[in-house]
Amino acid sequence: MSLWKIAWRSIQQRSLASALTAVSMALGVSLVVAVLVIYSVVYQSFHRGGEGYNLIVGAAKGSRLELVLAGVYYIGQPVENVPYSYYKELHEGRLSEHAEVAIPICLGDNYEGYRVVATTPEMFEKLKYMGDQPYRFAEGRNFDADAYFEAVVGATVAAKTGLGVGRGGEADQPGSFRPTHDIAGQQQHKHRPFTVVGVLEPTGTPNDQAVFVNIEGFYRIGGHTAATAAEELAAEHDDEDEHGHEHEHAVPDEAKKVTAVLVSTDEDRSPGITRLMARDINQEKIAQAAIPADEIARLFEKIIGNIELVLLLFGIMIVLVAGIGIMVSIYNSMSDRRHEIAIMRSLGASRATVMQVILLESILLSLGGGLLGLALGHGVVAALGPTIAEQTGFSMGLLQFRGTELILIPGLVLLASAVGYLPALAAYRTDVAKSLTANP
Amino acid sequence: MLYLKDIKKAFREPDGAALPILDIAEFRVAPGEQMVLVGRSGCGKTTLLQVIAGISRPDEGHVRVNDWDITLMGEAECDRFRAEHIGYVFQTFNLLRGFSALENVLLAMRFTGRRVDRGRAKHLLERVGLAHRTTHKPAALSVGEQQRVAVARALANRPKLLLADEPTANVDAGHQQQVLDLLRETCGEEQVALVLVTHTPEVARQFDRVDNLEDFNRAGKGAA
Repeated sequence: MSLWKIAWRSIQQRSLASALTAVSMALGVSLVVAVLVIYSVVYQSFHRGGEGYNLIVGAAKGSRLELVLAGVYYIGQPVENVPYSYYKELHEGRLSEHAEVAIPICLGDNYEGYRVVATTPEMFEKLKYMGDQPYRFAEGRNFDADAYFEAVVGATVAAKTGLGVGRGGEADQPGSFRPTHDIAGQQQHKHRPFTVVGVLEPTGTPNDQAVFVNIEGFYRIGGHTAATAAEELAAEHDDEDEHGHEHEHAVPDEAKKVTAVLVSTDEDRSPGITRLMARDINQEKIAQAAIPADEIARLFEKIIGNIELVLLLFGIMIVLVAGIGIMVSIYNSMSDRRHEIAIMRSLGASRATVMQVILLESILLSLGGGLLGLALGHGVVAALGPTIAEQTGFSMGLLQFRGTELILIPGLVLLASAVGYLPALAAYRTDVAKSLTANP
Repeated sequence: MLYLKDIKKAFREPDGAALPILDIAEFRVAPGEQMVLVGRSGCGKTTLLQVIAGISRPDEGHVRVNDWDITLMGEAECDRFRAEHIGYVFQTFNLLRGFSALENVLLAMRFTGRRVDRGRAKHLLERVGLAHRTTHKPAALSVGEQQRVAVARALANRPKLLLADEPTANVDAGHQQQVLDLLRETCGEEQVALVLVTHTPEVARQFDRVDNLEDFNRAGKGAA
């Protein structure tokens, strides 16, 4: 007959009140858990999105955070582009010494609300995601460098739009599509459509929610190159009248621009080279370089971290209120239980023992509510996971834990001991003789 | 077995005045002796039992149980002593509602610090005729059955002294004798001294020794 059992029996005797206080504790704990887990997932997902390359280079105008958000997470649009020549410097020119990989990306169009990213096949051949995971294709293959109007779609795009190899898209040409102007634009480009040749396996990164087209094909679409160069091109050829058909012409480099260049440096062989490259590029004022991990850390520290803190404080307040509820519930029961406590004292239980019983009750209620809250919090995250993954690309599962959750259990025990102290003191002070002779 | 010397106990009135309840020069009970304590209502019988059990501290005097002076013990020590050496049967049974008959008996063993003897608990319940009711909670037991559980509980730790405060008062007339016989027989079997408080002359007549508290309590008036 342990004191735990005695405490548990007392709880059972007041089952409704006990259940209500435990549930209120569970609600508070579940909110704290959900906030911790969601923050952790978002943080990891943001970091994952930026893994695989060390640097992103974009126009000098605008902030580095804007550059990272647009270039890595396809959120927003940088205000300017970078000359194609600068990309070439990174790819094979004076800046290429420590750049193992330099991948250009152009943003600006969309397909059914999903970002169209113009790039080179090297994006999926030389870059990895989540640091060391190679891109794989669930269907088909990567697009060829020479096949200007080939495309690859992310897993979420394929699932949601039905666009894939030989399916979806244009009704008369299944598996083909024409991107629409601008991020949220509705006006389709009037040109030869792109043909999907591959569907990526899910990566858990923003790339799941993008459509990747050959950058050369992108440049051949009207409005994607410098006006001057395009006019010159038109002047050199009297297209359809002379040739009788539309054909793609090589676009000179000076007409091209890129939104950003994703750079993977040889940081492993030359530690610190990434920051040196970033410094050098930033000093030139032609472009700017951002280290995605740094910018994301800053974003989380300055903004998202504060949001998390506010939500956590809110959750902790609920837990504290629930704790006070436990105290009130047990304290209010003390007047009914004086007789019971006096009986235990008369059987030989010391003051300290009855006090322990009350404290154990408080701990059982808090822990019970806390464990329920842990399960509820994770359950809610798991239940919402598919919807959140669908909307944002962040995948969440039932077993996603954050180390900070380990503090919850000892924290609840401490809280329980604190809130249980007052009722326990009332038990301690019970006048045995008087309580025994009073009506039970 | 039990020896009280110069016991004085007073209660505080709301206005702060002291209301003397007990003023006893001497009181003894021999080992294994069974005796009855009578007296008018309010003369201090229950208070005396509580002082003997260490539940209530006397203002002056000494209580010796088996040569241990419990008035010299600290409160926790006294609680432990009571658990190990003194059994108490209450008028209103005072069983714990949330626990079964067996658990109520086991609880009495819990606070001694010794190993809980489940076998003894079951034996005692069998002895009081409740072998088939061990898992029943007090609400599911009749009044007579509850009092029998209380008797079993009081004997759980093999006390040498058992105090019974009007144990048949709340038992129906048909079962009063049964409870009384049970108490006397089990105390006789276990060699336990019994001090039984009663208002009932029929009960008192069955004992060889009947003391009237008013005869040796010099306080005169008091509340039980």
